[in-house]
Amino acid sequence: MSAPQIEIQLIASLVAIACAIPGVFLVLRKMALISDAISHSILPGIVIGFFITHDLSSPLLIFLAALTGVITVVLVEFIQKTGLVKEDTAIGLVFPAMFSIGVLLIAKNASDVHMDVDAVLLGELAFAPFERFDMGGTDMGPKSLWVIGIILLVTLALLFAFFKELKVSTFDVGLSSALGFSPVVMHYGLMSVSSVTIVGAFDAVGAILVVALMISPAATAYLLTNNLKKMILLSVLFGVFSAISGYWLAHYLDASIAGSITAMLMLLFLMVYLFAPSKGLIAVLHRQKRQRIEVSLLTFLLHLNNHSEISERHINHLNEHINWQKVRSRTVLRLASDNNMILINDQVVSLTEKGKSFTAQALEYIITNKEEHIEHLKKDFFLFRG
Amino acid sequence: MNLGEYFELLINDYTLRTITLGTAVLGAICGMLGSFAVLRKQSLLGDAISHAALPGIALAFLITGVKDSNVLLLGALVSGLIGAFWIRGITTKTHLKSDTALGLVLSLFFGLGMLLLTYIQKQPNANQAGLDKYLFGQAATLVVQDVWIMVIVTAISLVIVLLFWKEFKLLLFDADYTKTLGFNTRFIDNLITFFIVLAIVIGLQTVGVVLMSAMLLAPAAAARQWTNRLSVMIGLAALFGAFSGVFGTAISATQRNLSTGPVIVLVASVFVLFSFLFSPGRGLVFRHLRFRKNRRELELKKTLYFMYNIAKDHEEISHPHAVKILNNFHGFTRATLQQLVDKDWVILDGSMWAITPKGYKEAQNLYSQNT
Repeated sequence: MSAPQIEIQLIASLVAIACAIPGVFLVLRKMALISDAISHSILPGIVIGFFITHDLSSPLLIFLAALTGVITVVLVEFIQKTGLVKEDTAIGLVFPAMFSIGVLLIAKNASDVHMDVDAVLLGELAFAPFERFDMGGTDMGPKSLWVIGIILLVTLALLFAFFKELKVSTFDVGLSSALGFSPVVMHYGLMSVSSVTIVGAFDAVGAILVVALMISPAATAYLLTNNLKKMILLSVLFGVFSAISGYWLAHYLDASIAGSITAMLMLLFLMVYLFAPSKGLIAVLHRQKRQRIEVSLLTFLLHLNNHSEISERHINHLNEHINWQKVRSRTVLRLASDNNMILINDQVVSLTEKGKSFTAQALEYIITNKEEHIEHLKKDFFLFRG
Repeated sequence: MNLGEYFELLINDYTLRTITLGTAVLGAICGMLGSFAVLRKQSLLGDAISHAALPGIALAFLITGVKDSNVLLLGALVSGLIGAFWIRGITTKTHLKSDTALGLVLSLFFGLGMLLLTYIQKQPNANQAGLDKYLFGQAATLVVQDVWIMVIVTAISLVIVLLFWKEFKLLLFDADYTKTLGFNTRFIDNLITFFIVLAIVIGLQTVGVVLMSAMLLAPAAAARQWTNRLSVMIGLAALFGAFSGVFGTAISATQRNLSTGPVIVLVASVFVLFSFLFSPGRGLVFRHLRFRKNRRELELKKTLYFMYNIAKDHEEISHPHAVKILNNFHGFTRATLQQLVDKDWVILDGSMWAITPKGYKEAQNLYSQNT
């Protein structure tokens, strides 16, 4: 590995961490799309900042662009408050307009601005090591490393200082204002941090991929844990992993680094989406199927309990009366007889003692609808336990 | 270029005529279908789908190797649909919320698309240039054939909307009721989603991935302010969309270095801004005026009631009182007093006022009529 390669991976990892932390809170607060809005609407801020400073990583430009981001948030909230349109429409109206202004500003001044809309959207990590930060003649490393490093440090400091406040205001707005932490301050604090992070990161990964780095690790982690600290740690881990593996994928394919990082993020999310232990798609589908069978079983037992006449309890009758398909009725029958709940004599089904007591419990729950009965039922229910 | 020259060019110049027609038709279909998206609270679905279409374009090119826009748009359609249904999968099967799902699909698909595009650029066969026009759109590349496709898609979706009008309307405003009536809500839902994706895909070439969502949203959001009727809203949205297309194209044609897509979006945003401010029923200006009028009327009546309370303690109700005693009542000003006089509720004589029998009666009924 050459020095620039290490530097690129370092920058990518720092960007990933800096994005993942505010991303967790955005996802939890159901404001993930605000990051998309901010990342687009900082464009005019960046262009104007560039007119003034002619330097993409100057602090003034970052400040101006972040300010544009916060203005976007304020504007979106203002439109939402008028009640003229639904909340998400407000986001969708503001950011394309801001972005268009940015694009036109660049197009009109193409001769003065050595800036390309593609570059703003996509960024180019591969060039990051060429922009060096000189201090008194000594080379201090790539400029963007410093920019994103400082942003990350500030983010981390704020996270540790206000962790409790952030946590409370994220999960219980009412409690947090009752305790005296202003949710408004937390909200705008988070928005400002997100804006600054997006601006600092866009240079490296571009405006849209920064959204991926914010939302995706947090969403992936959210599928695996409900613990805030674990969620932050996991999303940082996912971010760094995709940053580094994405770099090598890009190296191998000779394609855009930012694009490859997103592809890795996508792969990670897809894996977790499918295979997460209790919240993944497969687990959810499996659980739904099991619950469907359990409900069918209960219906079946209740039916048996209600009828003493033989004709109602004949196996073939099941298909007509409860209107199940053959396969399903066979599954339910086998399940019930395996658990000694029914006896089958000459194609006629009858409840055993165990089946009767179980059905009585279920009835109790259905009639009273009290939680303690279902707890009892769950304990008895072989399937719930499994 | 002045206006006369522009119109002359519009009639004579093939390219400009095609682009103007194309953007107008595009604006109309986007306005029409966007109304559904806005009312279904799926405003940002368009944004996610348009981004999700990008890998489809790249993959279609990688697989077929041809740069025919119809093939590429077919790829875009497929990957847009995958994106749309994945969003629904994420929101229904996991506890992630719709904003996260939209953001995920938007950014991840776009990133994948970028990866593929940069990969294609490095490939040896050199006819890959121009794929990035789908990023920001290039209205200038529209040809008559594209416009025809837009017209056909618009016609089909118009027919579908008319055919399923009742079902669409029901589903928009009361999904549960629709289900209880026995309609196949999933089918209707998929139908709407399919046409929204279709509208987005045919717009990609003109306004591009990034700004497509605004084409869908802005005309509909503007139209929403002027009416509460679905049919009128859809008609208005189509009209606003078409005008944004025409004006946007005109403005970008008369200036150098103005790309069409962003200009169209800005024109549509101006429509929205104007509607937000000046629509008679919901607009902010009229709402504020109404608010002021109500407040003034309330204060007027408060003053009258205050006077009534003073007057009723006297045997003769029109007994004059000094204006001064009203001073500690904050609803009172010279102007309101004059208004009361104009309404014949109060008589003003120098620094003395007296309530008239008419005003007395009015004040008596003020609070009783509503209870």
